[in-house]
Amino acid sequence: MTLKVDPDPATASSAPRFLDAGEAALVVQFGDSVDPAINDRVLALDAALRADPPLGTREFVPTYRSLMIHYDPLQIDRDALVAVVCRATGVVAEGRGTPATWTLPCCYDPALAEDLDEAATILRLTRDQAVALHVQATYRIYMCGFTPGQAYLGGVPDGLVISRRPAPRPPHDAGAVLIGGGLCVVAPFAMPTGWYVIGRTPERLYAAERKDAFLIDAGDNLRFDPIDLATFRDLEQRAASGEIVARKSAV
Amino acid sequence: MMAAASEAIVRVLSAGLGATLQDAGRHGYLRFGVTAAGPMDALAHATANLAVGNPAGSTALEISVGGIDVTAESGSLRVAVAGGEFALSLHGRPLPPAVALDLEEGAVLKIRAGRNGSWCYLAVAGRLMVPKVLGSHATHTRTGFGGLDGRALVAGDRLGIERSGSPKPSTGAIVAPWLDRPLDTIRVVLGPQHDYFADDQIAAFLAGPWSVSAKRDRMAYFLEGPRLTHARGYNIVSDGIAMGAIQVPGDGCPIVLMADRQSTGGYPKIANIIGPDLGRLAQARPGAAFRFEAVSIAQAVAARREEAALLSRGIVIEPLVRAHFTSEFLLGLNLIDGVVASTPSDDLPTTNTTESHPVEHRT
Repeated sequence: MTLKVDPDPATASSAPRFLDAGEAALVVQFGDSVDPAINDRVLALDAALRADPPLGTREFVPTYRSLMIHYDPLQIDRDALVAVVCRATGVVAEGRGTPATWTLPCCYDPALAEDLDEAATILRLTRDQAVALHVQATYRIYMCGFTPGQAYLGGVPDGLVISRRPAPRPPHDAGAVLIGGGLCVVAPFAMPTGWYVIGRTPERLYAAERKDAFLIDAGDNLRFDPIDLATFRDLEQRAASGEIVARKSAV
Repeated sequence: MMAAASEAIVRVLSAGLGATLQDAGRHGYLRFGVTAAGPMDALAHATANLAVGNPAGSTALEISVGGIDVTAESGSLRVAVAGGEFALSLHGRPLPPAVALDLEEGAVLKIRAGRNGSWCYLAVAGRLMVPKVLGSHATHTRTGFGGLDGRALVAGDRLGIERSGSPKPSTGAIVAPWLDRPLDTIRVVLGPQHDYFADDQIAAFLAGPWSVSAKRDRMAYFLEGPRLTHARGYNIVSDGIAMGAIQVPGDGCPIVLMADRQSTGGYPKIANIIGPDLGRLAQARPGAAFRFEAVSIAQAVAARREEAALLSRGIVIEPLVRAHFTSEFLLGLNLIDGVVASTPSDDLPTTNTTESHPVEHRT
């Protein structure tokens, strides 16, 4: 699978497609590639609808290139919903709010970065070169999904674009930072994966008992701050006690 | 912990795999990757709850073909079971598969897989005294959310119930003909990615015949049938997944994504099962054949409206006469005739007093 990151002028400005996912979910699709301009339109529509949710809508799920609207068809019919969305896309085409930028501590020690050496070898890099590339980039959080708080990041440097594994590897630990298919993921729950574990964050992107159970949202930016193993252990304990160890700044 | 005066306890004596606590689902967090979970068969779940006077989306025990044995501690409990055609017994006496009864302190209710169906629901009148996660009791075992410590129920679990109202000393069959759903046809709305398949593949998808494979759980039902081919590859940029989405991965074997599905995914989804037919598919046993029928959004919404109307009339409980009659005799009876309907807002369902027909235990 190739993930295009080139802006596509045709899809970045044209009218969205409305696709049905059954009679209780509507997909508003702005394009079919991973593209910041398309994702901006998704997030702008999401923000507008959340600010003033039409009666009968239940949940909005932003993804790379589309917004899924879960609705109760006994309260709002499909055509009325499409009309509301069309009005909203006209109003919000200018863009979304100012995203926050998160700095997430990440330990690249091979004790935690289980697949770093394997990935570096495939990419014809040294371990240190791979880490340097990963740390220098600023990532966009395109969407959250798959498991609670899991973040999908775009903006992976070309040197770290790697195919997914042909077959999944055994489950990684919670907090794993992974690369695969031209994307990067921060995974708060242990899961089997076809991606490569290149680091681990002590931060908990989801914590049930914390006031903000979910730390980040689609549309925010993110950078990784390299830490050593001792710092990781320290921050891990602080995170376990409820402290937020990532830093947030409004750009 | 001692139960307060108004409380009683459901104690699990033994549980097969896959018995969980489920309410109507953990809604509002899909954008953060949190699956709603909730019942596999929402219609049966609502029926059991309404039969004990609970709101339709209250927390109930979802029981798989693994079965369960429960008893009441520290008082009696009003309970109801509805869903697939399971084999139920109380004190060793057989009961109908959809039933409301008072579970006396120390009485043992056994629920086992029966002739048909894969899931049934045990609802208890009152409120479950278990902490919620993100506003819901719904259990999602893959992420450890909800229920009891995010896991399935096991022998020894004790569930505190704050009882509502006073149990009525009657046992009766729940009159819920809407739970007798033949599997033959499952209705779908095509899309959102049916344009990833050529017309002949859409036709093959609708014609089937399909059956549910043994590989199935609360997350997904794998289907067996014709192998579908994609016209435009099988990788899409991940997007949202609704319950009942039928995704077709590279091997051409469709997978129906159910209550515990992931929130997003990257395979083309050829169609989505309509809400009113989700429970019908969930109840299917492996091997039973069916086909898909494409319907319009308007038809799907009409089916939803019909289902909502059924439940809004309330649940009727038929007094149970402890006698056995032949199926031929029972088939000759009009079990609906002459009953008095209750409304869901009533404290407890109204019992038919005008005409009492015996109901056979159908296992």
